[in-house]
Amino acid sequence: MITRDEFKTIAGNGIWKQNTSIAQILGLCPLLAVTTNAVNGIMLSLATILVMALSNVAVAALRNLIPHEIRIPVFILIVAALVTVVDLLFNANLHELYLVLGIFIPLIVTNCIVLARVEAFAAKNPPLQSTLDGIFMGVGMLWTLALLGGMRELLGSGTLFGGIDMVFPNLQPIQLLPESYPGFLLALLPPGAFILLGCMIAWKNWMDARAAARAQTKPPAPVATAGCH
Amino acid sequence: MFAPAPFLLKDASVSRVMTQVCLALVPGIAAYAWLVGPAILVQLVIASLAALLAEAAMLRVQGKPLGMFLADGSAVVTAWLIALTFPPLAPWWLVVTGTVFAIVIAKQLYGGLGQNPFNPAMVAFAVCIVAFPALMSQWPSVGLQLSLADQINVILGLAPRVDALAGATPLDAMKTALKLADGSVSVTQLLANQDIYGNFAGRGWEWVAAGYLLGGLWMWQRKLITWHVPTAFIGALVVVAGGLWLYNPAQFANPLFHLLSGGSMLGAFFIATDPVSGCTTPRGKLIFGAGAGLLAYIIRVFGGYPDGVAFAVLLMNLCAPVIDLLTQPPIFGMKDKA
Repeated sequence: MITRDEFKTIAGNGIWKQNTSIAQILGLCPLLAVTTNAVNGIMLSLATILVMALSNVAVAALRNLIPHEIRIPVFILIVAALVTVVDLLFNANLHELYLVLGIFIPLIVTNCIVLARVEAFAAKNPPLQSTLDGIFMGVGMLWTLALLGGMRELLGSGTLFGGIDMVFPNLQPIQLLPESYPGFLLALLPPGAFILLGCMIAWKNWMDARAAARAQTKPPAPVATAGCH
Repeated sequence: MFAPAPFLLKDASVSRVMTQVCLALVPGIAAYAWLVGPAILVQLVIASLAALLAEAAMLRVQGKPLGMFLADGSAVVTAWLIALTFPPLAPWWLVVTGTVFAIVIAKQLYGGLGQNPFNPAMVAFAVCIVAFPALMSQWPSVGLQLSLADQINVILGLAPRVDALAGATPLDAMKTALKLADGSVSVTQLLANQDIYGNFAGRGWEWVAAGYLLGGLWMWQRKLITWHVPTAFIGALVVVAGGLWLYNPAQFANPLFHLLSGGSMLGAFFIATDPVSGCTTPRGKLIFGAGAGLLAYIIRVFGGYPDGVAFAVLLMNLCAPVIDLLTQPPIFGMKDKA
């Protein structure tokens, strides 16, 4: 079973302390490519949460049976099987969104966040904790991608939740800025994603430094800037 | 200038240098205002105000002394360079967006004066031409006579943006015409069109370039800049433009056209010579200037953008630290590469 403290640690790590996007800076490739609006970011994150939760529980359950030497190929096979399921689910039920997200759903297989959590957490912990870790790491990714996507969308085209009609056909995007807003195209292009992500990382470091100063302890070391892809 | 030892004591504060840079821009600005009307002066004011406000806001947030940094004039020089590189009748918010981006993101977020790895004015240009390519390519046609009130109305968005405001620069017009004709039109035939082109380059624009050259030479005479960067920039531009011109004079404009078109002169004397984002060693400055001139030619002739100076300078800004590292002069009394 799981203690209250364990749950808190797992949730805190996933959502803030080891946030995949603004602390570990992993999975930059889908982050840059799909966060042109909040809906795309949220839907890709939901797909990733599903894959992470299922792959973590599968690996945690099988962790004592998988030979150590060939664990990575086995992990990848498990993740790939689950991604295929998610890919087919999206294709069948959210076909329009599937076309927008395109290659980035199959590419969840190679997303370093998934493999990193399987290798670093699920291979060493029981299934319940591993499931929670997968879910909360995904939730951390979800809110950062939603925020980044929302900011890019708002700056780039003045709308919020564009493309929501692909998920809920009876909802419409919100036009927040006047129709005459010329649109800051840069925000929708990769440089805009890099600049805004940089601002978010700076914001997280600033919040951490402030919290640390309040607690009268040493501030945490600045996050590494090297991502994986 | 900022350079390695030996240092000589000189009466040069930042604000003094920046004031002289602004003075050196005056001949170019005068020619510009004569060419397109007083709109450019309005843009200079708008950009300066935006730059000072953005700078003041950022300094306040960081808790730095306002007066000292605002009075140093560096924000005004950035603002002027932005106003001079943007289309003169661009809407006010375009100039303000570019200026605020330059000051807030390209300058202050990197640590303020002296810390920015990229030339802020060129960051503003790159950002705006990527974000608003249509508006950044609309230049008023030469000879367009608009009263000051009309020009201000266009800038403030109170008057419609008519077709006469949406021309291309002579440099851009040349490239587009050559590309569309696909070899059936020669440069000489195009240059004969006296509506767009004068004796050497764009009609009227050649005098703006001459104004910048005059101001640049004065800065060199006052020792605000050294000869390295402008000479290397112009030299590289002349060599590559001249080479291609000799190879095929029908399809490549002559070097003089390229020197007096677009941002060549402004770039060679005022932008590539930025002491903060450029190189500091003498050999490094030569490499920096030559690289910027070469890249500017390649981007403006073979690329999709109207001019290449901004991207060329930004790309060379990226290389400046490495160039400086590799071109350290030998220590006095030691052998080279000791």
